Amino acid sequence: MLCKGVKRKREEEEEEELTSQDWWLEEATPSPSSEEGAGPAPLPPSSLFNLSIFKLHHGLRRGEPDLRHLVLVVNTLRRIQSSMALEPSAPEPPCPAPADPFPVVPDTPLCTSVSALLDDLSHIEGLSDTQTAFPEDAPLSRPPDPGLDPGRPAPLGSLELLLEDGLEGLFDDIDTSMYDCELWPNLKTDSGETEDKIQGPGLDVSELDYLMDVIVGTQTL
Amino acid sequence: MSQKPVGGPPGEEEVDWCLYQLNGTTEFEVSEADIISTVEFNHTGELLATGDKGGRVVIFQREPESKNEPHSQGEYNVYSTFQSHEPEFDYLKSLEIEEKINKIKWLPQQNAAHSLLSTNDKTIKLWKVTERDKRPEGYNLKDEEGKLKDLSTVTSLQVPVLKPMDLMVEVSPRRIFANGHTYHINSISVNSDCETYMSADDLRINLWHLAITDRSFNIVDIKPANMEDLTEVITASEFHPNHCNLFVYSSSKGSLRLCDMRASALCDKHSKLFEEPEDPSNRSFFSEIISSVSDVKFSHSGRFMLTRDYLTVKVWDLNMETKPIETYQVHDYLRSKLCSLYENDCIFDKFECAWNGSDSVIMTGAYNNFFRMFDRNTKRDVTLEASRESSKPRAILKPRRVCVGGKRRKDDISVDSLDFTKKILHTAWHPAENIIAIAATNNLYIFQDKVNSEMH
Repeated sequence: MLCKGVKRKREEEEEEELTSQDWWLEEATPSPSSEEGAGPAPLPPSSLFNLSIFKLHHGLRRGEPDLRHLVLVVNTLRRIQSSMALEPSAPEPPCPAPADPFPVVPDTPLCTSVSALLDDLSHIEGLSDTQTAFPEDAPLSRPPDPGLDPGRPAPLGSLELLLEDGLEGLFDDIDTSMYDCELWPNLKTDSGETEDKIQGPGLDVSELDYLMDVIVGTQTL
Repeated sequence: MSQKPVGGPPGEEEVDWCLYQLNGTTEFEVSEADIISTVEFNHTGELLATGDKGGRVVIFQREPESKNEPHSQGEYNVYSTFQSHEPEFDYLKSLEIEEKINKIKWLPQQNAAHSLLSTNDKTIKLWKVTERDKRPEGYNLKDEEGKLKDLSTVTSLQVPVLKPMDLMVEVSPRRIFANGHTYHINSISVNSDCETYMSADDLRINLWHLAITDRSFNIVDIKPANMEDLTEVITASEFHPNHCNLFVYSSSKGSLRLCDMRASALCDKHSKLFEEPEDPSNRSFFSEIISSVSDVKFSHSGRFMLTRDYLTVKVWDLNMETKPIETYQVHDYLRSKLCSLYENDCIFDKFECAWNGSDSVIMTGAYNNFFRMFDRNTKRDVTLEASRESSKPRAILKPRRVCVGGKRRKDDISVDSLDFTKKILHTAWHPAENIIAIAATNNLYIFQDKVNSEMH
C-alpha cells in the first residue's frame, strides 16, 4: 500500500521495513467476513496501545512532526490508557513476541518498554543532556510529582514520564520570538500570558538567549 | 441508497454527469511531485487553478463560446504554469520545508489582471496574472530591435502605435507573506472586504493585509501555556462570504467556532460554538479521530456551513449550535474497518467538501477514486468514479455502488476490494454551473452535466 506524505528516501525505507513487520497486527485481526455488518474483530486494547506508541515513536522520528496527527494519536492513547486502567484484570488474547527489534512488545513489562523508548527518543532528540544537566528546573523536563490537576488532561499512568517528556519534545517550539515580542502589546491574551518556553524556575530569559546564541553559533560553524 | 443522478438545481431535471476533460499522465508515470494537492475555481468559474506537491500551479482557462469551433467550447485549456514554491531548508530547526501547495485562493477580480494566493506549510504568496497581447511599435529613439537610433536620421516625430502580438500570460509574485507561522498552514481565506485575508496553522490564525507583508495580526491562538495540555488543533478556517467580521474555524475534536472580529482583537472566545454530542452507540477509541473536521465551507448564501469529517458531511445552520441540520453518510461501511484504517493511517486522511452554486447539492471525495454527491432537496445521493477506465469522454457516468454483503449486483464493488491508495481528497464546483473538478492523484478530471455541455 502506498505510504502517504513520505518526503525522504530514508523514511520510505523505514515505512517499508516497519509495515512488513506488523504481522502481529494481522494475526490479531482475522480476515474480514463478507457477511453484512460483520467487520474484523477489534484489536485488544493492549495491541492498539502498542500500535499507538509505535505511531507516536514513528511520528517523532520524522523531521517535522505532523501536529494534528500527533495530537490525535496521543488523545487516542489516553483513551486506551483510561480504558485499560478501568479493566486491569480483563483477559487479553495471547500475542506472540515479534522478532521486531522495536522495544515495545505486548508481553514485555510496560516500564521496560518505556525505558527503552525513552532512551530511544532521548537519543534521537538530544534531550538527555539537557535533562541530566538541569534535572529540577529545565522547562523540558517535568516535575517528578505533578499531582493531579483537574484542569489538565488525564496523565498516562506508568507512561507519564515518557509521554509527558515526549509531548514536551513533540510540541516544543524552537522559535516563538515573533509572538513573544512586545510590538503588539494590545494583542496579548486576556491573561497576559507570554510564551511558556521562556518561563521555568531558575532559568531566566537572558540564560535562554545565551543558549540560543550558542546553538545558532554552533549551526553557523 | 438511491442511485439516481443528482446535481441539478432545485426544480430542474436531474443531472447526468459526463467526463468533459482529463488532464494528467497515465498511472505508470506518476511522480510524487505531480500529485495534485489543491483545486480552486475563481469567482466567475472562468479560471481553474491547481497546485501540486512539486510546488507548481497550473491555471486553466475556459474557452469562450465560439460558433466556429463548437467542439472546443467550454474547454479548460492550460492558461499558465508557474513554480509557486520551492523546497526550503529551515537552518535553525534543520528541517525541510515542503514546497507542496496546500491551498490556493483567488482574489475577486478588480481589473484586467487576476490575482491568487498560494501557500505551502509556511509561506503565502500573492501572484498577479496578466495578459499581454499588444506591444508598442514605432519608437522615436529606438529601432525595432531596441537599439538606439542615430539622432541625425530622425527627421520627424511619430507616435508609437500598439500592434497585436501573440498572447503572453505573465505571472509575477507581488507579495510574499513569510515568517508568520510556526506550525503548518492548513488554510487561507480571502475576506469579503477584498483587503485582508487570514491564514491558519495548527494552533494560530493570522490576519494579513494584502498589501503588507512584514506584519500580521494574530486573531486566534489556541496554543496552551503548557504544551503538555495540548489536546486540540485547528484544522480549517474560512471567512464568511458576506460579513467581513465573521469567520469560522474547525478543530480536531469536531467543533466549529464562529468568531466575530468586532468583539475583540484576539478572538480566542468564540461567538458561537457548534458541536454535536458524541453518539454513545458509536463510541470507540477512534471516535475523536473520525470526528476531526477536515474541511469547512460556508454556503454561498452565508447561512449554512458544510463540514467534512472522516465518515460524514454535515450541514450546519448558523442559527443552531447544538447539532447539524443535515448529516450525510459518505462511506459508513468503513465504520467497522476503523482499526485497519488507523493502522495504515488512512483514518487521518483529510477530505474536502464543496457546495454547488445554488447550495442545493454538496459533494465530497472518498476512496477508490469515488466521489459522492448529496442533493439536499430530494435527499438523493450518488457515488461516481473518476477513472480513465470508467470515464469515456461524453459518456454519462454510471453510478457506482459499494456492497457490504448480502446481494451483490453486477458492477458492485465490495468493501474489501476498495483501493485506499486512490483517494479523492480535493474537489471543486464551478460557482454557477454544473461543472466539477476532481483531483485524483496526479489527474484532473473535469465533469459537466450532459445538458450543460450540449448547450455549448
